[in-house]
Amino acid sequence: MLQALADGILTGSIIALGAIGLTLTMGILRFANFAHAELITWGAYMALGALAITGTFAGPISPFSFGLPLVFATLIAVVLTAALALLIDHLVFRPLRSHTSHMTVVFASFGVSLLVRMVILLIFGGSAAYYSNELQIAIRVMPGLRVMPDHVFTLGLTLAIVVALHLFLQKTRLGLSMRALAENPDLVRINGIDTRVVVRWTWVIGAALAAVSGVLYGLTVQLRPEIGFQLLLPLFAAAILGGVGNVFGAVIGGLIVGLAESLSVLFVPAGYKMAVPFFILLAVLYVRPNGIFGALRGGAK
Amino acid sequence: MSGYLAYLVFFLIVALTYSIVVMGLNLQWGYTGLFNAGVVGFFAIGAYGTAILTGPDRPELIGGFALPFPAGVVGGMILAALAALLVGLATLRLREEYLAISTFGIAISIQLIGLNFDALTGGAQGLTGIPRPLFSTFGTPGAYNLFYLCLVGTITAIVFAGLQVALQSPWGRLLKAIREDETAAASLGKNPALVRLQAFVLGSTLMGLAGGLYVGFIGYVSPLDFLPLLTFQIWAMLIVGGSGNNRGAIVGAVGVWALWTMSGFAISRLLPVHYQSQGGAIQVIIIGLLIVLTLLFRPRGLIGEAQSVSRHAR
Repeated sequence: MLQALADGILTGSIIALGAIGLTLTMGILRFANFAHAELITWGAYMALGALAITGTFAGPISPFSFGLPLVFATLIAVVLTAALALLIDHLVFRPLRSHTSHMTVVFASFGVSLLVRMVILLIFGGSAAYYSNELQIAIRVMPGLRVMPDHVFTLGLTLAIVVALHLFLQKTRLGLSMRALAENPDLVRINGIDTRVVVRWTWVIGAALAAVSGVLYGLTVQLRPEIGFQLLLPLFAAAILGGVGNVFGAVIGGLIVGLAESLSVLFVPAGYKMAVPFFILLAVLYVRPNGIFGALRGGAK
Repeated sequence: MSGYLAYLVFFLIVALTYSIVVMGLNLQWGYTGLFNAGVVGFFAIGAYGTAILTGPDRPELIGGFALPFPAGVVGGMILAALAALLVGLATLRLREEYLAISTFGIAISIQLIGLNFDALTGGAQGLTGIPRPLFSTFGTPGAYNLFYLCLVGTITAIVFAGLQVALQSPWGRLLKAIREDETAAASLGKNPALVRLQAFVLGSTLMGLAGGLYVGFIGYVSPLDFLPLLTFQIWAMLIVGGSGNNRGAIVGAVGVWALWTMSGFAISRLLPVHYQSQGGAIQVIIIGLLIVLTLLFRPRGLIGEAQSVSRHAR
């Protein structure tokens, strides 16, 4: 039970990081991006690729299974993931945003997600990969609860990122423009803010968080080309549960989804775990379609 | 019958079965603007429903009611309709994306049930030995396949004709009106959410029908036949053929399925042996590119939607 709670919080924090990016793009760019979860896979694998270069310089820092190389690899992955997000936006989403029905963009993101996943499969192959072969010994915190140092690191990093993002959205001019664009796009334009710049930064921030979440997933679970596909439903469930466009909501939503997934194993066979986010989603849509904290705008019509 | 011809018959049976799914999706997306991201789920419900209802009785399974084939197919269609109702009622009053996300979710849940609920679905092994309708009447497999092609062809024609009638009726015009301008339609006293729900459930029922026909032809169900990839393939068929036009839906189904089969054939011939495992990925990338490029450069597809103008305005 205790172990399931701890595992749930860990999964939840990884889902939360991905869901923040998704909720920002859903709130600001106003479409459900099915390709967002693939940015997580992309980030995780780009870090793996970068690690092949950076990994030769230094070893792991105890008690973690990784060291400075993975930190640098993550930074490279963040840049490459942001680049991919901007490229996709430039090539596909922007041309479609202007001239067709809004759902065409959603559908195109569906096609893009497939393309990204298959390109990763093509480059890295389909088998599971790991950042490190070091075995890590779990520390017994109390009876019935063992924790890996990497897991503690994951939680701490997630917390730090959420606080930093909150400060960014509240205190900086760019953060203010982003919130404003989610609230009322026309008013933002009237105020002479270049929305293209804001949109671009939204992609960069969403992609960066996705990359970090991918690396953390790879660190604590494993790397597989299906990471994104399997995270897509939890991400949407978390974003909608927390209210679209609401960053803190996405974090809480992510934790709830992660906990529910991990606690579900106590009641139903583990094979059905992936369906849990779907039932959370259905329940939210039936009972409280704007999410527990209320969406910024445009939940119920 | 020569090998080529036999293969052509086999190919057409599968392609026409898919074309019924594409017409169901066309009703949802092409005419009503509803994004179904879990097409494969409704197809699978129809297939599993038919298999469970018509399959032989076996002690270790819940199903196996040995019903006649038509009853099984209708049962599968009803199950698909119920699943569509569950998702539709939750989402069709809300933002359009929510339907897309929920359909994606239901497809995954169906896949999990197919894989894990051994007592009902046979788990990873699937259900085998599902009786094929009128199989004993025909002497050879070749003759039987020809019969089945006629059967699927006839049903495809009926679905096509039925949809044409429905779409040219006032109800069909209402679908387009709601897709184009919901507020205007609502101001005329129409109920957009209800009409959308009708189109969504009807489309999903057609997907269930196709699933039943598929099972009747191959005689077994396995979770491997209902991978999420099928959703992409069906979408590619609709987008390439031209959404909003049922002739386009059929042309797209046959065309894209031909492209898929031939690319698979070419890859297995041309690619060096140790790259073969990546061959599937290349096939999928072709489909993905087809979707995105068609959307960007030929958004109306091969045969796009015909403009409908009132005869008084012409």
